[in-house]
Amino acid sequence: MMKHLLSVGDLSRGEALLILDTAAELAQVGDRSVKKFPTLRGRTVVNLFYEDSTRTRTSFELAAKRLSADVINFSAKGSSVSKGESLKDTALTLQAMGADGVVIRHSASGAAHRLANWVDGSVLNAGDGTHEHPTQALLDAFTMRDRLGTLEGLRVAIVGDILHSRVARSNVLLLTTLGAHVTLVAPPTLLPVSVDTWSCEVSYDLDEVLPTSDVVMMLRVQAERMRDSFFPSVREYSRNYGLDGERLARMPENALVMHPGPMVRGMEVSAEVADSPRCTVTEQVANGVSLRMAVLYLLLGGS
Amino acid sequence: MRARKSTNSDAGGGAGSTPPDDTRAVLDGPEINRALTRIAHEVLERTKGGEHITLLGIPSRGVPLAHRLAGRIGRVEHLDVPTGSLDITMYRDDLRLAPARALGRTELPTGGLDDRIVVLVDDVLFSGRTVRAALDALGDLGRPRAVQLAVLVDRGHRELPIRADYVGKNLPTSLRESVDVRLEETDGHDAVLLGPSRPRTGTAEGSA
Repeated sequence: MMKHLLSVGDLSRGEALLILDTAAELAQVGDRSVKKFPTLRGRTVVNLFYEDSTRTRTSFELAAKRLSADVINFSAKGSSVSKGESLKDTALTLQAMGADGVVIRHSASGAAHRLANWVDGSVLNAGDGTHEHPTQALLDAFTMRDRLGTLEGLRVAIVGDILHSRVARSNVLLLTTLGAHVTLVAPPTLLPVSVDTWSCEVSYDLDEVLPTSDVVMMLRVQAERMRDSFFPSVREYSRNYGLDGERLARMPENALVMHPGPMVRGMEVSAEVADSPRCTVTEQVANGVSLRMAVLYLLLGGS
Repeated sequence: MRARKSTNSDAGGGAGSTPPDDTRAVLDGPEINRALTRIAHEVLERTKGGEHITLLGIPSRGVPLAHRLAGRIGRVEHLDVPTGSLDITMYRDDLRLAPARALGRTELPTGGLDDRIVVLVDDVLFSGRTVRAALDALGDLGRPRAVQLAVLVDRGHRELPIRADYVGKNLPTSLRESVDVRLEETDGHDAVLLGPSRPRTGTAEGSA
């Protein structure tokens, strides 16, 4: 197992499957009378969050606590960062405090990679700019395998704001490693320029892709990262790329609807779809804790 | 942690192969069967009919042993003995001495462990550290009425105040020797082999 988790592109098929299998075992902790393992007792995990996050931060915090690690939450708001401290100086401060693992979310792509050169402990990328979000891709793959039994040959459509999505990038890399076929669906303005070099197919037409998809992953339009207008209006985007009950009915019967959250109801998914049993949003959150426990155990548990 | 049981089957080239010259079989298939049959009767005697027992095998080779014991106990008393497995990887005291290990399966029988007489089943009892970890794991899973320990081979060299309630064979060994248990279910044939100790290589596969 590697020392850091910076990109799912670094994971071999065997390593990715080891993480998923470990998570499957650890998922049982929810049924036990004591929902805790002593495995990381005496180790310190720092959550270093430069961007807002509800799910990922609490998920990492709960995962670390279930492994008995000490957790320090550190968000840019209300810390020395707002006084102008650089990432490097913050990292060295954490280093001096003896952090064994640093979970970092940052708005700059590559921040986790930089951090890995400055600290001795393991660095876990919890989202860096528009680059990667490895644990999200892993928990998505875990949810698909859990629901559908296998990832091999699965047809997955990722729909929406691909351009600003680290989730899409990580998912394409990981799902390809694990043998699934990915199709990206988005308006041309919301696709990265280099998308033809990615190991996936691209379509501009959601209705064409839906009938042959086992999983459709809806992405939020990340308005906070947009400095231009990428589509004429919300209504038009929603009509062309939003998933409603009528479109859901045209998908294969056991097909899943996934969303990394936060969801904007009425934009990329209608309320009807969001509340359907085929929508795995809350399951993804629950699986996220087990998956992050697995990653923390595999990175910090050994020598 | 110096003393570890060597129960990996990788020596000699894998399942079903003949052991190298310097190892010898101390128990063969029929002897293992007879030992398990005796343990089954002892368990029934000690637990007064075995009505409240739950068998938990410690992966990897404790699990098939637990199922064999359950079958024998079931045949004698016409009981359906709840049987499961208990992985102790997350509770080991030597996790930091090696890269992170893959986890084994923990499967608890329906009904849980509360107020049951839990019989832990493992292949080799050596330092006692595996059993220590198993006791810690049990504490997080429920509150058994009593916990007992059944092992196929007790090779001595305890490092903790732990003893087995049921022993298939007491095998006096030197620390320079290794004890290999091979089972039909995991290795293709039944045998207990005694040989010179090997440096432990595998890290992903924990000793059972």
